[in-house]
Amino acid sequence: MSIEKSFKRLKKEGNGALISYIMGGDPQPELTPRIAGALVEGGTDILELGIPFSDPIADGPTIQEANQRALSSGTTPLKVLELATHIKDDHDIPLIILTYYNPIFRIGVKKFFDMAKKSKVDGVIVPDLPVEEAQDYKLIADTYGLDTIFLASPSTTIDRLEKIIRYTSGFLYLVSIFGVTGAREKLQQSTIYIVKKLLPYTAGKVPLAVGFGISQPYHIKSIIEAGADGAIVGSAFVEMIKRSRYDVNTILNRIRRYTSELKRATILNRK
Amino acid sequence: MKDFTNNPLDGKYGKYGGRFVPETLMSAILELEKAYSRLKNKPDFKEELEYYLSDYAGRPTPLYFAKNLTEKVGGAKIYLKREDLLHGGAHKINNTMGQALMAKKMNKTRVIAETGAGQHGVATAMACAVLGLKAEIYMGEEDIERQKLNVFRMNLLNAKVHPVESGSMTLKDSINEALRDWVTNIQNTYYLIGSVVGPHPYPMMVRDFQSVIGREIKAQIMKKENRLPDSLVACVGGGSNAIGTFYPFLNDPSVKLYGVEAAGHGIESGKHAASLCAGYEGVLHGMLTYFLQDEYGQIYTTHSISAGLDYPGVGPEHSFLKAKRRAEYKSVTDDKAVEAFIELSKTEGIVPALEPSHSLAFAIELAGTMKKDDLIVLTLSGRGDKDVQVVADYLKVKV
Repeated sequence: MSIEKSFKRLKKEGNGALISYIMGGDPQPELTPRIAGALVEGGTDILELGIPFSDPIADGPTIQEANQRALSSGTTPLKVLELATHIKDDHDIPLIILTYYNPIFRIGVKKFFDMAKKSKVDGVIVPDLPVEEAQDYKLIADTYGLDTIFLASPSTTIDRLEKIIRYTSGFLYLVSIFGVTGAREKLQQSTIYIVKKLLPYTAGKVPLAVGFGISQPYHIKSIIEAGADGAIVGSAFVEMIKRSRYDVNTILNRIRRYTSELKRATILNRK
Repeated sequence: MKDFTNNPLDGKYGKYGGRFVPETLMSAILELEKAYSRLKNKPDFKEELEYYLSDYAGRPTPLYFAKNLTEKVGGAKIYLKREDLLHGGAHKINNTMGQALMAKKMNKTRVIAETGAGQHGVATAMACAVLGLKAEIYMGEEDIERQKLNVFRMNLLNAKVHPVESGSMTLKDSINEALRDWVTNIQNTYYLIGSVVGPHPYPMMVRDFQSVIGREIKAQIMKKENRLPDSLVACVGGGSNAIGTFYPFLNDPSVKLYGVEAAGHGIESGKHAASLCAGYEGVLHGMLTYFLQDEYGQIYTTHSISAGLDYPGVGPEHSFLKAKRRAEYKSVTDDKAVEAFIELSKTEGIVPALEPSHSLAFAIELAGTMKKDDLIVLTLSGRGDKDVQVVADYLKVKV
């Protein structure tokens, strides 16, 4: 299933998307397809799979450590793409690769998209690639028919937002706060405000999904009720995975259970 | 004549540079760019900066003819640009003074900076103290352990030091952590970066602040020798003292430019910090430039005896000058740098920092191949007091 189709189906049902992020190869590449399986069974609509990087500047401690664990277990970008194919073969779910720009740049943008396409990847998110630097990247991604998910932030001006939307396909990733990734107790009131501010610009063009600091069912409920098309949860899962080396099955069960709690929060049946 | 100077609107030096930052930082970077282009030519900003650089920091610095060293080498005349005599003991203050003034004019109440061994941290703390700004410095745990004196010095200067426990706990991780702080606090915080690295406009702005070195060299050598030098030599970590030295000479084709990187235990050992000599193009810390990295773009940790050169990347304008063949980049090992460190101490009574000891080693070699009336200017970017313990350890001398 494509990202677009997934959002269309959910919209028809009047529900939001649960987008779940995990780091490829964290803590071991062999575990990634099983963790992805638990996320899908729990009700994840779209899966984000990270490529580990040595210097993840947009990430808080939780995902920084996941980068380290994945690198220590020998995870390369090619390995993550292999894992992506494995997951796509097992499940009919849109899969997005999330990576910093340097691994793509070093491999070669064209070669990377060629490999990603062959690996059945649906889209790519690059948190340190702003639209100003993304001309060739966008052209190449379009050639291969992969979605390019760009980010907007609380400090994005309307001028830039319009340009970002033109570069975006799949969905627009709204960074809900000033800060790095990481689970936070409370949802900031400003997040709801920003969602409402952006919606008139994204409506009819591209779905809007909200990430950074989202970890609780009620966070998701508030975001979807405010009109967003999806919510992105990462660090909360990564935190659980951190403990997976001790007892894999217990953790997988916990992930499955937590995912279904989060998924329930996206269901408004608001048609 | 070719024009090698760049003042790019998009921060591109050829294909190098740019602003590869998370969206949240874009507004802060655009704001900084706007503020800089508004302030840089304003007479009162320039006057105020000049006042602090002269009366507080000690500019202009002398251009010293190293007669003893020249005679010993028996080649070209070697001049030393004495940035080691500046307040704080290094060229760093040229930049921190300029940027701290920017922070003040932009009404930012909080300044953050990264530091490796602590030199930029100290220079930031000084500039912030004199201007009444609050400074917070990110420094790797490893570096804190190795440089306790500098940590205490920063505390004395009223700066707060945040230990960085992520990644390899060295300079690149301190930059990562400073960027994470900035993303979180962009509304009231100014990020005072320590070299000609990072997203646009930093490489251009820091270069402009450091170009005072090259401008003074030009005027001083004309006065002493009535002609331009044949070669300029400077060490390159991020590359700020080197670009500051080179920039005013870029369009003087007779002047050869040499940047010297740290070869650590030797390029072939893999334990070095020579990104231009042995790295590949990549994107990190907001810029496209050369980085030491593996085939999948994972950044290596570096090694150099000199903490100031211990960075896996390099300022994008150096990558441009390399591509255009306007400057040549060489590398010098720990061993050779320590030899030069001792040589200058003995012959001239000047203890150089380990960073310019690298370029000094190359300059000595180069001078030997040149004629007696040829002229070399070496930028002595800092003094070596901070390195005395490191050198003693290296020589296995108990102090």
